[in-house]
Amino acid sequence: MAADAHKLEIFRGLIKFKSNTQKIWGVLIFLSIVTAIEVVLGIYKPEVFNGHFIGLKVLNWIFIILTLVKAYYITWDFMHMRDETASLRRMVVWTGVFLIAYLIFILLQEGEYVGSVFTNGFVKNDF
Amino acid sequence: MNTTVVDAGTDEKTWGGGKRPLKASYGKLMMWFFITSDSLTFTGFLASYGFSRFKFSEIWPIADDVFTHVPFIHGNYPMIFVAFMTFILIMSSVTMVLAVDAGSKLDKKRTTIYMFLTVLGGFIFLSSQAWEWSTFIKGDYGAVTTHGGNVIHFVDNDGNRVALKDFAIGQPAERTQHLAKNGLWFNKESGLPSYTFDEVVAGFEANQNLLVKTTYTDPATGHKTILSRSESLKELKTKGKDVVEGANLIHNEYGPPLFANYFFFITGFHGFHVSIGVMLNIIIFFNVILGTYERRGSYEMVEKVGLYWHFVDLVWVFVFTFFYLV
Repeated sequence: MAADAHKLEIFRGLIKFKSNTQKIWGVLIFLSIVTAIEVVLGIYKPEVFNGHFIGLKVLNWIFIILTLVKAYYITWDFMHMRDETASLRRMVVWTGVFLIAYLIFILLQEGEYVGSVFTNGFVKNDF
Repeated sequence: MNTTVVDAGTDEKTWGGGKRPLKASYGKLMMWFFITSDSLTFTGFLASYGFSRFKFSEIWPIADDVFTHVPFIHGNYPMIFVAFMTFILIMSSVTMVLAVDAGSKLDKKRTTIYMFLTVLGGFIFLSSQAWEWSTFIKGDYGAVTTHGGNVIHFVDNDGNRVALKDFAIGQPAERTQHLAKNGLWFNKESGLPSYTFDEVVAGFEANQNLLVKTTYTDPATGHKTILSRSESLKELKTKGKDVVEGANLIHNEYGPPLFANYFFFITGFHGFHVSIGVMLNIIIFFNVILGTYERRGSYEMVEKVGLYWHFVDLVWVFVFTFFYLV
């Protein structure tokens, strides 16, 4: 694979790097910034984000979205998914996305139900 | 008839081999498929962690209360050490991708250096994790478990955690460790906590400024509920049963034993992946030094192992979020 085969744009072409090496460092800086934001939010846990949205705290949604953003850039730029054919990309990513979304939905749904049985049921669990 | 023959000719070209519709080599493609299936394994673990967490949403420990240690420094610093570990792993991912980049330019010297740095990063991460585990196992303040299996923590009036050793008062007791040589020969216990439950109760009664921090999270503040002095005494005396220090697969001073089980299992499985990755990286490192890939004219092996190494980093990003942040 020739070095010029890499796609050197990130953020939909907002930033265009001159070489692959430069892009790697650029992505590292971006990932570090995102991690730093996560850590600061994790330490201080601002009260602003204490509200709930679809069963989760807003702060937790922020963490999950930032994680997915990080996962995207690790896969696309470090694992060179950006340079693969669209069919390979879809084969790997959508298979994962569908199965993972299904598994998460089914387990969390069930977990919440079992939890509500513990809380509202007639079995004492704190004694 | 003629057309059939012509068709067969084109079929020969399409299906005769030598085509790469995904423009990726066999090895790389299989690495991608392995990564997809392995990510489903990790999803299974993390989603079942989510299951238990939703099930015990009120009594699940808060990560910031559990992972508060930094090596060589005393005090309460949540998140800092894990952030460091995350950074190490991302950094070693960067050196890996730089090695792949150098390899694609057939630059043996720089590939060697970057592979070495990647292996180094892997070792630093693994030792950090070993330290994290040993701190977790050793425990921190100690706790009392209730008959129902919950934990009770102790705090002073300002809400700071207080260790059992700071207030437990010695009591006459006859309970000794059950060893195989002096009890049932097929049965033994690995050790007793430093204090008995009675000693903790005596110490708690003697220290007027101690309060009980229950395992229940107050939905309004996001912190664990602290009881008043009279409620604390009642809680400890009616519900308390055993003393627990540290964590293993059965007892856990931080919260439900499941929490420790998931911690050991998920970070352990991830750590196992990192160890395998370090091993593969070392093999690649020596192959690069020996010139195997230079003679082959292609450094694609570096890229394939690199994919695995990045995947390990990718999994850590999720473990970091779901264990330490959320």
